[in-house]
Amino acid sequence: MLKDKIERPGYLLIAVLGLIAPMVFPAYVQQIAMLWIMIVFALTWDAMGGQMGYNSLGNIFFFGAGMYMAAVAQIWPWYDVGEYTDPAGALKTSFTIGQYFTGLALGIVMAAVGSVILAVLFGLIVFGLRGPYFAIGTLGIAIAAGELIGAWDWVGGGGGIRLPVFPSGTDADPLFRVPFGAITSADLQGIFFYWACFLLAAATFFFFRWLYTTRFGLMLNAIRDDETKSEALGIRTTLYKTIAWSMSAFFLGISGALFGNIIGFIEPLEVAFPTVTFGIFMVLMALLGGKGTLWGPVIGATLFHVIKEVTWTHLLGWQWVVLGLLIVLTVVFFQQGIVGWIQERRPEWFGIGVDRGTAGQQADAAGKIAR
Amino acid sequence: MTHLIEVEGVSKAFGGVIANNAITMSVEKGSITGLIGPNGSGKTTLFNSIVGFHPIDDGSIRFRGQEISRLRVPQIARLGLLRTFQQTRIFKKLNCVDNMYAALSHREGHFAGMFAKKSGEAEERAEHLLDFVGLYQKRKLRAGDLSFGQQKLLEFAMAVMNEPEVLLLDEPTAGINPTLINGLIDRLRLANEQFGLTLFVIEHNMRVIMNLAQHIYCLAHGELLADGSPRELQEDQRVIDAYLGAH
Amino acid sequence: MAPSETASQARVGLGMPAWLKSSSDGWTLFFMLALVCLCLVAISENARNNLTILEVAWQQNIQLLLDGLFIGAIFAFAAYGLALVWGVMNVKNLCQGEYVIMGGYISYCMYANGIHPFFGFPVAIVLMFGFGWLMYFLVIKRVIDRDLFTSLLATFGIAIVLQQGLNLIFGPEVQTARSGLPTATITIGGGSFTFAWIKLAAFLMCGADAGRLALVIVLFMKRSRMGQAIRATAQDPRAARVMGIDTGKVYAFTYSLNAAICGAAGVLIAMIWVIQPFYGITHSIRSFVVVTAAGFGNLPGVITAGLGLGVAEQYSGFVLGADFQQATVVGLLLLVLIWRQIVENKYRRVVE
Repeated sequence: MLKDKIERPGYLLIAVLGLIAPMVFPAYVQQIAMLWIMIVFALTWDAMGGQMGYNSLGNIFFFGAGMYMAAVAQIWPWYDVGEYTDPAGALKTSFTIGQYFTGLALGIVMAAVGSVILAVLFGLIVFGLRGPYFAIGTLGIAIAAGELIGAWDWVGGGGGIRLPVFPSGTDADPLFRVPFGAITSADLQGIFFYWACFLLAAATFFFFRWLYTTRFGLMLNAIRDDETKSEALGIRTTLYKTIAWSMSAFFLGISGALFGNIIGFIEPLEVAFPTVTFGIFMVLMALLGGKGTLWGPVIGATLFHVIKEVTWTHLLGWQWVVLGLLIVLTVVFFQQGIVGWIQERRPEWFGIGVDRGTAGQQADAAGKIAR
Repeated sequence: MTHLIEVEGVSKAFGGVIANNAITMSVEKGSITGLIGPNGSGKTTLFNSIVGFHPIDDGSIRFRGQEISRLRVPQIARLGLLRTFQQTRIFKKLNCVDNMYAALSHREGHFAGMFAKKSGEAEERAEHLLDFVGLYQKRKLRAGDLSFGQQKLLEFAMAVMNEPEVLLLDEPTAGINPTLINGLIDRLRLANEQFGLTLFVIEHNMRVIMNLAQHIYCLAHGELLADGSPRELQEDQRVIDAYLGAH
Repeated sequence: MAPSETASQARVGLGMPAWLKSSSDGWTLFFMLALVCLCLVAISENARNNLTILEVAWQQNIQLLLDGLFIGAIFAFAAYGLALVWGVMNVKNLCQGEYVIMGGYISYCMYANGIHPFFGFPVAIVLMFGFGWLMYFLVIKRVIDRDLFTSLLATFGIAIVLQQGLNLIFGPEVQTARSGLPTATITIGGGSFTFAWIKLAAFLMCGADAGRLALVIVLFMKRSRMGQAIRATAQDPRAARVMGIDTGKVYAFTYSLNAAICGAAGVLIAMIWVIQPFYGITHSIRSFVVVTAAGFGNLPGVITAGLGLGVAEQYSGFVLGADFQQATVVGLLLLVLIWRQIVENKYRRVVE
């Protein structure tokens, strides 16, 4: 089959391109890192919205929650968080290489684990909701989180948190010396987090690729197609839904931790819980590529991100209007997405069709079922 | 003979409408039991009560001696009490084989099982069951693309795949063309004889139910009107009146 | 154990804590609300101080209640529009708030050009009716038969276009259309509260409008061909279509009517409160809170829930601080959704 022939070389090509991209396009490291995060967004949203049929408008909650939990975990072992985030800024801070990377590792673990715990907790209050109620309920959670964090002085409130700076000594440290020739620590930070994002996107992709081949993936599809029937067959729907949401939260939490460190400064409304930008991008990218497919979100995210990066600055303030129009147009005219559209045109590529083979005699068959 | 399902004094009202009033009946292990009654007599409501679709107002429902009226649908299904729907329900975007996989029993709840790959053994069973209902050639088609009759057959195959102890069938022959009906009856009987599947069937088609069932209950206006063998019911004046509209 | 005992246990024992079983559904919500408020108050010293003010200067309560009722009447107004669209078309209109804000800007434009904002009413109603009609034929018509998330997302897209468009035209500043009506300060028992005539006027107008609207709608629904068509379509669109009803026209009319109602509400909002391009989403959520709590097709419920929401917002704004205003609305949304889940769970159903 065609699929087998192009699969391996394809993955290899993407892996090589992804790894060497910061050396080939040093000026666009941050933009390409953003692309990987966008792919994580689209894949994790699709696991819920596309595969399970639970269209969340508030998945961005875990992104922001992960970001804040990571920030706290990065600061807390070395400084008092309340003093650190004090807007008066009396506290002088500096992080050694050891402190920085210990904190970062701790932060990423906290973001991942904490997001999963939050997903389980919030699962309790949203999984009795279906369809539009679920969408609005999750949207509510994301908005409420942004507002409440903004009022919580301990984590900086609306003023946000300035994250630890990537240590300037790293460019001299042999552990981090990379074959770039002369390089500043700011460049090194960019490349370090670029690779972290790339790794995260790859891990997310292969995780969900594996998941969709298991019984678990099938159960998600069953819940999407008919939840009442799933329950009637004895499927533990709430358990599956909660685990699926936790998986999304896990990867989104880590992406939040990384994004916060790339930006260097986090605040609740625009950076951590941006419901009408990143929050809605997730949905749009998955829809654009084709929801409920593995490659759809990846293709949708790539396409959307490239178009956005190229055209955004030329739209002179009209970009958000264009975004809204894009949502409306996609939803109204192109809901099946790119992969879905191909699937409609060429179902046989996806193994859908009548099989002309026979399976022996019926009597024989009946005998075998009895086991 | 042991009673597999025991329904005792079950009542259920929706608002002011009493759908079931103090119904007592039982289904014996290994039997085919029928449930008949005019439209709106409360048959589906009783089914829904048994499988835990809604809470009951009064009474008790026992399955293998265990009280199940307080359990929820998935819990009851995992005990081995499965139902099919009057408006056929299948997973429309999945192909037939995947539909069968999804129907695999969820009784053993170990964590690793959730992430298991599709096993060859299950696939073989799924394909043979699909062959059993005559859908083998269409096994890679999306279930939503099948005709209504074929979807009914698929739903039946899925139920057998789950290996329940009792299967509650809600009008299995409604909407199926007459030639297919005979095939379906044969398969129902085969499933009952070969796999020891106990069947509890709601049916409007008198020819079908009189041929199939060993014991039949008749509901009218939410109350149990009569019960007995098919022959007894056919001669029961109350049943005839209920169907002909005498009140 | 005798079967009858088992049965009675089965009836009541649905996994609910004992204190919930005896209470009615509404009390459950009230209880949850009070609990959350207590938690918030307990952790915040500021809130405790503000509560003390309410105790000592009790006249403040009158102020909050009046303001809450005045604002709440407008919420109920917009929520009624949502209930109409939701019930008849099964479209969850997420750009409800943007229509309100658009109505507000229409009256603001008139105010900025020296025309009294009261004249905004007929203009806003006509313009927004037309705009709703346009939106229906451009977008809503194409998503109405699809799954519910499609219409939700499409209207969310419209909401983004509208708020960003308004932002480009009017800028992000907070605006208001002053009515020029005086305020009165009333002193009772050593304390005082201010009383804005415009708010009373708005309240009465909302009340009168709601009453008139209700009357017109009841008559319209009962007597006219269109009204009968709307009711038939709400019950079963396919059957209505088979019977020769032009459901497309019914939908278009319903949706436009909703936009017009929102526009009228917006004119009032602009006069007694403030408008800003991005305030729409909060208004949308308010409408959802009200409709989710009251259910559609329940006019008294919508009005009560709207007034209640207004008062709750005023109190939380005073006790917790203005920062918590949006959080309060969203928090109420979540509370109402949780409450609905608890109620539905009793009947082994879900909220859908």
